[in-house]
Amino acid sequence: MKRVNAALTGVGAAGGIVAKELATAGLSVALLERGRWYTANDCRKDDLRNQRTTVLGNAFGPEEESNPRVWVSPRGEATTVLPSDGSYQNNAACVGGGTLSYGAMAWRFLPQDFRMRSTYGVLAGSSLEDWPISYDDLEPFYDKAEYEIGVSGDYSGTPLHSPRKRPLPMPPLPPNREFTILEPAAKRLGLHPFHLPMLRNSVPYNGRGPCMRCRWCVGFACEVDAKNGSQNTVIPTALATGNCELRTRCMAKEILVDERGRARGVAYFDERGRLQEQPADIVVVSACAIESARLLLQSKSRLYAQGLGNRYDQVGRNLQGHHYTGAIGFFDHETYDDVGPGASIGVMEYNHGTPGLCGGGLLANEFIRLPIHMVDRMPPGTPRWGKAHKQAMRQYHRRSIVIMGPTQQIPTAEARVLLDPAVKDRWGMPVARIQGNVHPHTFAIGDVQARRAEAWLREAGAIQTARMTGHPDLVEAGQHQAGTCRMGDDPRSSVVNRECRLHDVDNVFVIDGSVHVTNGGFNPVLTIMAVAYYASDALLRAWKGAGLRS
Amino acid sequence: MQVKSEGRVVSITRRQFVGGCALAAGAAAAGCTSHNGDFSFLTPDEAVTLAALCDQIIPADDYPSASQAGVVRYIDLQLTRPYRRHQDAFRAGLAQAESFSVRRFGAAVVTSSPEQQLATVRMLEQQNRRFFELLRKTTMEGYYGSPRHGGNRDAVSWRMLGLTEPPVRGRARYTFSEKP
Repeated sequence: MKRVNAALTGVGAAGGIVAKELATAGLSVALLERGRWYTANDCRKDDLRNQRTTVLGNAFGPEEESNPRVWVSPRGEATTVLPSDGSYQNNAACVGGGTLSYGAMAWRFLPQDFRMRSTYGVLAGSSLEDWPISYDDLEPFYDKAEYEIGVSGDYSGTPLHSPRKRPLPMPPLPPNREFTILEPAAKRLGLHPFHLPMLRNSVPYNGRGPCMRCRWCVGFACEVDAKNGSQNTVIPTALATGNCELRTRCMAKEILVDERGRARGVAYFDERGRLQEQPADIVVVSACAIESARLLLQSKSRLYAQGLGNRYDQVGRNLQGHHYTGAIGFFDHETYDDVGPGASIGVMEYNHGTPGLCGGGLLANEFIRLPIHMVDRMPPGTPRWGKAHKQAMRQYHRRSIVIMGPTQQIPTAEARVLLDPAVKDRWGMPVARIQGNVHPHTFAIGDVQARRAEAWLREAGAIQTARMTGHPDLVEAGQHQAGTCRMGDDPRSSVVNRECRLHDVDNVFVIDGSVHVTNGGFNPVLTIMAVAYYASDALLRAWKGAGLRS
Repeated sequence: MQVKSEGRVVSITRRQFVGGCALAAGAAAAGCTSHNGDFSFLTPDEAVTLAALCDQIIPADDYPSASQAGVVRYIDLQLTRPYRRHQDAFRAGLAQAESFSVRRFGAAVVTSSPEQQLATVRMLEQQNRRFFELLRKTTMEGYYGSPRHGGNRDAVSWRMLGLTEPPVRGRARYTFSEKP
């Protein structure tokens, strides 16, 4: 097979950006993606089979039976789980990855989010750490992501947002009814509400139209292609250069190394299950936190008996996502206007600065809800079935608001991805085995956040509220999964350096949420994108210095 | 055709019947066993029992009951697809409900009174939690989920909630211009 400059595994939020940056700089790039390439025409508006509600399976991969995982309970019991099970921690398997079907919130982390250890100290039992890079290092790349991929919104309502040099490229969508109910209530509480930033067109942008504000948003491909992911922005740009080849339904097997310990390419199974080898000068791993760690662990050789980059047993550790908590409020008037994307208003007062709490998180109203989402969210005391439940659905589906948010998890080294010793995937490779949990202080923060959500709803006129909290048995990684290939200066406590290059192997890069040291109190995708631009920039500088060619 | 459910006669439309046959044919071709032309997994007796139980989970009021909205068809279809792993639980749970009803009330579930059917579901809730939760979950899915899977006939639950289907905003009404 023809040698390329860069072989890249996993074409999602980060992979698409790296592909575009490298291909437009003139490098030849081979993109290997295990899933398929879907478009707006693949939007099925299926309430029971999408990337968020998976009772009948995932719409955008992975295929239900092809690639199971194993999760280990706190009591040590191992269970094989499928992509439609919550404990599988699925994101997606398709071109664009999660960005095809995400809700598309587009947050910059706050400066403190990159300095959690310096800000709060080390919590006993946690692996809380500072990033080796700062917010200022990433700021130009946040800006680039906002303008190249396309973000709408308006931060002007809050003084607490991260420092920025110019406003977002698109205005927010007009407020929905929940916004008009929640905004004055937040102000009465002394908060600074604002329009959420979204990777969603509010006006024509990048040659595509604006959001038509339908009910089927998070979890679905956008019917009118108004949601901006890598699949409809950077990936087409990368392919248009002529330097980039995208191969779908190709499952990476391992990163191959030469006798000197440098990577020489990627072995993968093609769409017909045949083993192929793609020779390359550099390899970029961007398969999302769980699968990226798995690929490194699978890449065992004489020189790397524990897997690539795993000399100090760091690969797969510090798995994290977000701990979502909040509250639902029930009203005596209609709050539902059937206008998507629904999520519209947020506050940042609770991300940092509460005495006794190590961080916090955003609070915002939830995405527009489908009826199936409300079945288990009726007011406390409502029977779970029967005539009373049906009547409650009629009473409250249009008279409720949910406020929730992603509490920043406090990572631990014990929440981790391993290779399962027994269970194999369709290709005969060991599957990811997920075990451990984040630091319990995370749940204390989440409980406080839920009470704050409840207070906001009551101020807005809710006649009844119920907090939504939990202390799950397993790290909640899911679509926000991060942390498994930590970025750091010390090879003994991290996997990649500050340029996302493996400490051990100078021509292998991990560029995706895996490198996040901590995951902020926000949806992580814009940070994943900013890191991808930042790391691509560093990679290209190294390439031009000829330090990467073998 | 007609089946009895909760003392009422419920029509099954031709479209449903033909759809069931087509699906059963598909299942047979795939090497599965087809019990009859109406359902892909359930026997006719199981189907009427399930209809009676589902209608306790979501009874008729001003709006149709679960079975009237196609929930039995939804569950039956899914039991040959993503819910294949629940086939045994449904078969055993329905048999348990049936034998309980006969023993306690001297009548099959479908011919027992609504109060007796309610008692049967409460028995399941106490004594066979796994099946009861499956029954509740799949009934809710069939009633409140997308019509494309055989339940929520004519989007009846969405209309009950005041939701248009399809929404007014939609592909057909959508125009896009670079210069709005």
